Amino acid sequence: MDKIPILRMGPFLLVTIQIDLYDRLALNLETDLINMVHKTGARGVLIDISAVSIVDSFMGRILGNIASMTRVLDAETVVVGMQPAVAITLIELGLSLHGVHTALDVERGMALLQTKHSLDDEMAGDDADDTE
Amino acid sequence: MLMTLSKDSMSITREQDVVPCRNRVKEVAVKIGMGIVNQTKLVTAASELVRNILRYADSGEVLIEVVSKGRESGIRLTFSDKGPGIADINLAMQDGYSTGRSLGLGLPGTKRLVNEFDIKSTVGQGTVVTILKWKNG
Ligand SMILES: Nc1ncnc2c1ncn2[C@@H]1O[C@H](COP(=O)(O)OP(=O)(O)O)[C@@H](O)[C@H]1O
Ligand SMILES: [Mg+2]
Repeated sequence: MDKIPILRMGPFLLVTIQIDLYDRLALNLETDLINMVHKTGARGVLIDISAVSIVDSFMGRILGNIASMTRVLDAETVVVGMQPAVAITLIELGLSLHGVHTALDVERGMALLQTKHSLDDEMAGDDADDTE
Repeated sequence: MLMTLSKDSMSITREQDVVPCRNRVKEVAVKIGMGIVNQTKLVTAASELVRNILRYADSGEVLIEVVSKGRESGIRLTFSDKGPGIADINLAMQDGYSTGRSLGLGLPGTKRLVNEFDIKSTVGQGTVVTILKWKNG
């Protein structure tokens, strides 16, 4: 069975989707990612869909699920590289990727995660000061 | 008058048929020179309707036709199944309505993505959805 590889990059996980996913593969990715965030304590997930030519409501729902489930585990999800035609189509389809952050490419997505991550650290630092 | 220039059909029986069906539609769209945005809209619509066949009717068929009307050419897709049918089409066409606990965007979203949309359904007999996307539509 095919599997989408999940790469660890410091506190973040990177997934590059290189093929049009059939359903089983997409559902497996959802489960694998949640497990991996849980296991590694990752603080962010980056999903690169620049090679994906179609996102229908099924796939959109999976991206939304991943974002909301990782959030429960204290990790943010950023979807990067969405093709313009895919973005236009999603809007007309009526799918708003609620709660899913998006960025133009992996670099900017990573920067977004880093900002969120260090903001969290600062706040954690403030908390620590308060209790001292 | 609408003329059919070519015809191709595909049976849909399992989840693994979704991606090949999308690819087939895309190939035809590329062949008639449809632009990338319209291609993407059409293939996404096809994906939604194929999923509905699998989900609600188990199996069915897709007819892919290249059509022309005057100088315009386009693609007409017909999705037919002998599933349970839809009791209230107006309800099914509403954004967010789903008996499958999913997003309920397949039918109304598909209608927005194409130039012509037609649905006929009879409870106990099945459903036929026909969509048409003009090359420059
Ligand atoms: N081919 C079909 N056969 C029977 N019922 C269907 C079919 N397609 C759609 N439906 C009904 O219409 C509803 C709306 O479909 P759709 O807009 O695709 O949303 P979703 O698939 O997310 O429920 C479905 O929940 C189902 O009740
Ligand atoms: Mg549907």
